[in-house]
Formats: sequence, C-alpha cells, structure tokens
Amino acid sequence: MAQPVEIPPDPTAAVQAAEAEVPAALVAQTLPEYTRALYARLRGGDIGVLPVVVGLVAIMVVFEIISPSHVFLSPDNLVNLLQQSAPYMVLAMAETFALLLGEIDLSVGYVGACGAVITVQLVQPVTTHWPWWAAIAAGLGFCLVVGAVQGTIVTRLGIPSFIVTLAGYLIFNGVMLILLGLGPFSGYPNLNSDDANVKVLYNLMAGNIDPTISWIGMAVIVLGLGAVMWFSDARRRRSGLVAPPPSLTLIKIGLIAAAGVVVVAICNINRAVTGVQAGVPWVVPIVLAVLGAWTVLLERTKYGRYVYAIGGNAEAARRAGINVPLVVTIAFALCSMTAGLGLLLYASYIGGMSNNVQGGQLVLFAVAAAVIGGTSLFGGRGKALHGVLGGLVIGGIYNGMYLQNLDVQRIFVVTGLVLLAAVTIDAVSRRGKATGRT
Amino acid sequence: MAESPSATEPLLKVRGVDKHFGAVQALYGVDLDLPSGQVTALCGDNGAGKSVLTKIISGVYTPDHGEFSWEGQPVHVRSTRDASRLGIETVYQDLALCDNLDIVQNMFLGRERVQRSLLDEDDMEREAAKTLASLRVTTVRSIRQPVASLSGGQRQSVAVAKAVMWNSKLVIMDEPTAALGVNQTRQVLDLIKRLRDRGLAVMVISHNLNDVLEVADRIAVLYLGRMVVQDKASAFDRQRVVEYMTTGGKGMKAAAS
Repeated sequence: MAQPVEIPPDPTAAVQAAEAEVPAALVAQTLPEYTRALYARLRGGDIGVLPVVVGLVAIMVVFEIISPSHVFLSPDNLVNLLQQSAPYMVLAMAETFALLLGEIDLSVGYVGACGAVITVQLVQPVTTHWPWWAAIAAGLGFCLVVGAVQGTIVTRLGIPSFIVTLAGYLIFNGVMLILLGLGPFSGYPNLNSDDANVKVLYNLMAGNIDPTISWIGMAVIVLGLGAVMWFSDARRRRSGLVAPPPSLTLIKIGLIAAAGVVVVAICNINRAVTGVQAGVPWVVPIVLAVLGAWTVLLERTKYGRYVYAIGGNAEAARRAGINVPLVVTIAFALCSMTAGLGLLLYASYIGGMSNNVQGGQLVLFAVAAAVIGGTSLFGGRGKALHGVLGGLVIGGIYNGMYLQNLDVQRIFVVTGLVLLAAVTIDAVSRRGKATGRT
Repeated sequence: MAESPSATEPLLKVRGVDKHFGAVQALYGVDLDLPSGQVTALCGDNGAGKSVLTKIISGVYTPDHGEFSWEGQPVHVRSTRDASRLGIETVYQDLALCDNLDIVQNMFLGRERVQRSLLDEDDMEREAAKTLASLRVTTVRSIRQPVASLSGGQRQSVAVAKAVMWNSKLVIMDEPTAALGVNQTRQVLDLIKRLRDRGLAVMVISHNLNDVLEVADRIAVLYLGRMVVQDKASAFDRQRVVEYMTTGGKGMKAAAS
C-alpha cells in the first residue's frame, strides 16, 4: 500500500495552510456544542439508540402498572426477562450483519436451530456423548458453513439474499426436523440430565454466577471499559481531534456503571420461593461477550468498516479496491454462526430442542429487534448494541403480555405493530436525511 | 514536483490512442499532453469520446493502440491499480462516497491505517484534517460528520481531498461542477486552482464553458473521436471553443500546435 507522502507545498501555500488550521468548530468540545451536533445527527437520519431507550422505559412503566399485582418489575420476573430476551438479542446481532449490508437473512431461525439440534444431539449420553465444547463447535461450525454457502450464492450468482435465504428457511426447517428425528428421543432430545457434561449446556441459561463474583466481574468490566473510554477520549482531546467533552465521557461511563450495578443488584436478590437462587445468570456475560466481540469487529477493524461502506455505497466500496463478494460472504457466515449461538441459548432456555421451535417467528423477532434498536433496513447504519436493546424490547413485550395471560395471537399482533412502528421511524428518518441537506 | 508551468516535458504524454467497441470506433489516434502545474480542460460534445479517453487514462479501459509516457518514461496503464500506482487519481462525477461514513472514513476507504489490526482512527483523522486544511476546505462543521450531511460542493471537496491524499500527481475530474450552485461552483473552481498551485496536473472534463475558460490553462477539444485542437487557454475565446466542439474546426484556420 502506498504510504501517503506529504506533497511539499510552495511557500505561499504553506503560509495559507498555517492560517487555515483546522477551525475550532471542527472539534466539538463543550457539552452544549456536542448536544447540538447530536441533534443535527438525529435530524440527519442517524436516530441512534434514543427511541429504543424511550420505548424500553415506556414498556417498563406500562407493564408494571397493568401487570397483575405489579409483578413485571419484580426481581424474579426481570431475571426471567433477561433470560427470555437473550436469544432475541443474539439473533438480532446476527441479523445485523445482513442488515448493515442492505441484505436480509430469513434463514437465521432454522439454520441456527439446526446448529442447536446438532449440539443437543451430540452431547446426549446414550448416543454420541461428545464433550459440550466439541458439540457446540460442531453446531456453530455447521451454521458457519451454511452461511458461507448462502453468502457465496448471493454474491457469485447475484441472486437476491431475500430469495436465497427464503429457500434456506424452508430447506433448514426440513433439515431441523430430520436431525430431531435421529436417536431414541422421539424428536425431543433434551438437556434435562444429571450428566455434568449436559448440565453445562443446561446452565448456559439456568446457571447463576456466585453473587460475590457477579459484583467483582461487573466491577472489572465497568472499570476496564471506563478506563478505555476515558483514556482514548482524553488522548484525542489532547491531540486536538474530534472528541466528546470530558463531561460527556463521564456521563457515558456513569450510565454503564449504573446499568451494571442495577443488573447485578437485581440478579443478586434471592428469587427462589424456597432455598436460595441468586446471582447473575451465565447468559448475561455470554450476551455481553458477543456484543463486545461484534462491536469491536464492526467498529474497530477494516472488515467492519468495509461492511458499513458496502451498505452505504457498494459501488464506491468496489472502486476503493474492496473485495465486496468476500466481505459479504463472510458477513453471511458470521450471521449464521451467531444465529447458531442464539438458538443454542434458546435450546438451553427451553431445556432441549423440539419441532415446536418457530424459526420463522424467530427471524421476524430478530429483524424486529435489530430495527427497533435503531439498525436500518436499508443498509449502512446500525450497531450490535441496537440488537441487544431491541431484543430487550421484544422480550419485554412478550413477557409483559404473557403476564397478562394474553393469547398468542394478540401477542403476534402487538409485536407486529411494534415492528411496523420501528420500520416507519427508520424510513421517515431517512427521508429527513434526504431533505435535511444544507 | 514544483515544476514551473513552462516545464517542457509534460507529466503524461498520450500518443496515437485508438479505441473501438465492436464496430464503433470511439477514438482515432488521439494525442494529449497533461503538464504538471496546469489545468487541462477536455471539451467536446456528447459522444466525442471524452469519457472513453478519461477511462483509458485512469486505467478502466485499455486502448487498442497508443503510447503513454509518464515523466518521460514509457508506461503501460492496464488497470486502475496501475494508474493509482503512478499517481493518477480520478474523481468520478458520482464522487463514489459512502453517505453513511464520515469524512475521515471516506478519505481512507480501502486504505485504512491499522495498529495491531485495529483501525488507527487518531492517525487517520489527523492526516485527513491536514489534507483538508492544506486545500483550505474549511467550511465543514466537523470532519467526523457523515458525508450525507454535506452540501454538494463540500462533497466534491471531500472527493478531491481523497484523491490528492495519496501522493497523486495527476487528478482527473469528471464534470466537477455539473450539479452545483453558484457559490459551490466557486468553491470547487478555487480548489482546482489550489491543486494546480501545488504543482499537480489536473484534467477537467466539463460541459460548462464558463468554468472551463475561467480555470483552464490549456484546452483540448475532441470532436467525433479525434483531437481537433490542443492549445493554451489564452488562444481561445468562447466562440472558438464552441466552433471546435460543434464542427471540429472545419473552415477555421487551425492555430493548434
């Protein structure tokens, strides 16, 4: 790669350049300026996480008021809500890879389910009895390969991803049923076993981290994240680069710390009717690990930058020398693999796999969660974090309506309406962007 | 690089370029000189072969016949990669920017700097700010704002800055002012002059004769695939350029060298 070499300007140009130093306005330094810049971004169609946070608060308030004996915000139910939402969060992060490219993957539900069935089948003591980690690797590996194949068909043959993954949806619905039928389990391989190896998978959802260790772990994560944010922002401010004001960095770190404290405090309350059940469920650090890994990949690496570039303007990306088909194929592979993890958590939640797994509904929830969280359906805008927040919204609606003893058909109607609202916000804000040019 | 405009050997010398597509002959033995420190305007009516010639120089098409000499050395430009290795950068009419990425991200697209396999944002931002300041592109609010929020002139400026950041010696601009208002056209023309003052060779393809006559040091006119005239801009007036563009200069006493 050619290193850019300073072009020696003529003497007068040097003087002009010195006069033309980067103007102060280029670098928003104070909180009011930053707020204005934020508002401009909002108007520019970059809606960020604001609507979803407002929506989450609204859901909390409404369901707490209407839920029978105000059980929605009880520690017991909140932990359940976290566990219930986890598969949606991970699936939404999976779908984010496709959505960022302006593509869609309709097969994530059943491809992920196939991966989960493979894992659950392989650990069964009476048949193959693989170690849990090997079984997980096999399940996720299967998903990775399927995603790579689908991505290859999309990129090399130029078939719309909608069609390719619609075919995948049907194919892997069938494959899932075939895989379920293997072994002496009448189609219901489960994880309810005393076998320690199987217990590991069961405990992905149900297992708790010791309360003290929960606190320590939370503190380590918050301090580590806070230190990284503080020092990188401080370094950027020192070298005169665009950086948020110190107050804003502190507010962000404070919010993360507050969220951590609230989650751990709620999880550490004993929620068992008899005996003791307290601590942060294992699923929380698992979701955080996926969030961390995909956030770094998407926002801090060349690969992630190329994903955004292709979603924004594929032709510009191609002319910039980016291998577009390769980037897209990898994105589909990562999407399917992440979906495999999501369905593994789902299997852990329901204690096994069965033909009741609704892969189609899961896809809709995954897309809904990502879009509700702020990821655009039109490509180029979105973050892994949006999937987590949107997954919480979907999980909250589902959980809250379940507490009302509402029929499943009404839950579908409401969830569908929420998805429609989120897509409308996305489309309208894009129109704002198109007309908001100066 | 700071050659005076009167330097004898042009940066890029194109000689005898032929190009046909199937039965259609697009260019007949075209010669073109692109000297450093000068703006050369390439004019011609629709279908005269402007974009074919441009694409040959930027490596998108390979000519059937013809020779290139770069800084006096014979070269072959067979791909856009060859062209950028020599220092030829093209600013396309559609600018090829990603609306969702910010200015820094666009300027480094495809050539990101990394440190331990993570993007080195600080370094890229500093370099981008320096380039923009040296081109005196100072109207943007923040170099971290997405390109979607920029005006047409600002977008053009970012695309130009992206082109010159890579040690380029020849910048080709395709219809740089086509979609711009009066003020923004002014910004872009000033920017073109600044590139010239830095000693770069600039080739501008334009329909707008006002812009051409204002900014060009040299004017070359294509007519039906042939280079009919190529001379100092001072040798032309508006009438004469139009005459060459529409008739190929038939019936005029050609003063071209």
